[in-house]
Amino acid sequence: MAAVLAFVETSRGKLKKSAAEILGEGKRLAGKLGGTLDAVLVGERVTALAGEAGKLGADRVLVADAEVFKAFGVDAYLKALVKACAVSSPRLFVMAASVVGKDLGPALAAAAQSALLADVTSVAVADGKVRVEKPVYAGKAVATIAASSPMVIATLRPNVFAPAQQVDGRSAPVEVIDAGVNPGDLRAVVKEVLAKASEKLDLTEADIIVSGGRGMKGPENWGILEKLAEAVGGVLGASRAVVDAGWRPHEEQVGQTGKTVSPKLYIAVAISGAIQHLAGMRTSKCIVAINTDPEAPIFKVADYGIVGDAFEVVPVLAEELRKLRE
Amino acid sequence: MELFVCIKRVPDSAAKIRVAADGKGIDPAGVEHVISPYDEIALEKAVQIKEAAGSGAVTVICFGPAEATKEIRQALAMGADKAIHLKDPGGSRGPLGVARVLADNIRGRKFDAILFGRQSIDGDNSAVGIIVAQLLGLPVVSLVTKLEMKDGLGVAHREAEGGTEVVEVKLPAVFTAQRGLAEPRYPSIKGIMMAKKKPIEEIAAPAPSGRLEIEKLSPPPERAAGKIVGEGKAAVPALVKLLRQEAKVV
Repeated sequence: MAAVLAFVETSRGKLKKSAAEILGEGKRLAGKLGGTLDAVLVGERVTALAGEAGKLGADRVLVADAEVFKAFGVDAYLKALVKACAVSSPRLFVMAASVVGKDLGPALAAAAQSALLADVTSVAVADGKVRVEKPVYAGKAVATIAASSPMVIATLRPNVFAPAQQVDGRSAPVEVIDAGVNPGDLRAVVKEVLAKASEKLDLTEADIIVSGGRGMKGPENWGILEKLAEAVGGVLGASRAVVDAGWRPHEEQVGQTGKTVSPKLYIAVAISGAIQHLAGMRTSKCIVAINTDPEAPIFKVADYGIVGDAFEVVPVLAEELRKLRE
Repeated sequence: MELFVCIKRVPDSAAKIRVAADGKGIDPAGVEHVISPYDEIALEKAVQIKEAAGSGAVTVICFGPAEATKEIRQALAMGADKAIHLKDPGGSRGPLGVARVLADNIRGRKFDAILFGRQSIDGDNSAVGIIVAQLLGLPVVSLVTKLEMKDGLGVAHREAEGGTEVVEVKLPAVFTAQRGLAEPRYPSIKGIMMAKKKPIEEIAAPAPSGRLEIEKLSPPPERAAGKIVGEGKAAVPALVKLLRQEAKVV
């Protein structure tokens, strides 16, 4: 029996970036609960990664390793997690509030009839109760929620929790679990993957985001933002106005009706800062705003601002930052 | 084609959120309510699918307070044929609790698919649709940006990490709508007139138990006042220095 069971995501033969955050926070909470930390890996050929989870703090690693787990599907992965719960009997189940975690957390909550604490930004244990803080209304308010089910499921917002440091030489026993999943059990079948993107990170997991707003005047002007993103190793975002105008794709939208992000650095270019945009990025660690209007609301949340024309400022900024990286 | 669409009444995204005196909910003064935007997308898609099929009905299901009649009428004006209003008695919340109420009232009814928005823009859990699917024993495809249904099969494009998945699933199934799936229409005058005559089945719902309690609602932590580094491109070197030495982010 473990105090905490952590679902650790893998991708392309590696633990995902979120793994260190999930195991770091899982380990801390296991200590608070006076117990151990189990990790569970699900995928094809993931047994080889169990050692990595041990180095990041897991006391035992459960692996569901089979071809049927090659592509993510709720049906198959849920069975693996249910089996892992049966083996581990955790008080608390943690996973990333990623695209995958947002499918699996709720599915497991249904299967285990457990409280689901979704997309949380802090977790505390006191008097045997799990209590979390969770932004609601896209961050316009924060709810403190206490759970009362025997097992509690929490999905942790990416980029918020302190990552575990790798300890070389640390190892954990590995236990193979058989979830008994057959290919015929899968009801939703992925037929193909279109426009398979590069190794591009999802916005919610990116460390640095460069977002453009209506002040960019048109989609043809995005080149300077792309160069800036490239110079800082960032990912592109956009305001709702820009997405509604069809200048940029939906998946780049940051805000209450888009993605909620908390990167290390958020650079808002020619974005005035409508309330629904601010809601989606105000938890960023450092915010830079570049805007011609010194009265723009974006400057109220920005750590650093430059009042000026994006077309003049951005290329210089990209060049300075590029020189820095070299 | 029999389609169910679950909608939620939420504060408009432009609304300023203030914590109420009890410290647990929001102050309703001056807050406009709307159908949660992703739910509107799901509704629009359902209406389009029904219209293309030329038969069947779209039923809107709303778990919400008495005031949600406004959002239900709006949904009927947008093309839904009928509605089920599960009257929310208030009390404890949580996605599991809400999903149980919905599932208990859907079970036993006949449908080809249930559509949800990917998340409500108040609770931000992205969970209820997926839990309902599990409780009803149905397959679920989330974050759907394109959807076709025919011959008992649903084919959905799903916004996955690093690409778009084409997912095939046997109906009945549950889908959650991502932006891009459809552009919600503005109701026509005719639609608004017709909505007044469409039936709303009212059911007193039990207080949902999500096995959790919202103890407190607080305003978000204020960000410390920032500084204007300067004007125009001349300010860039100073900004880069601050990013490097003070914020330590580049």
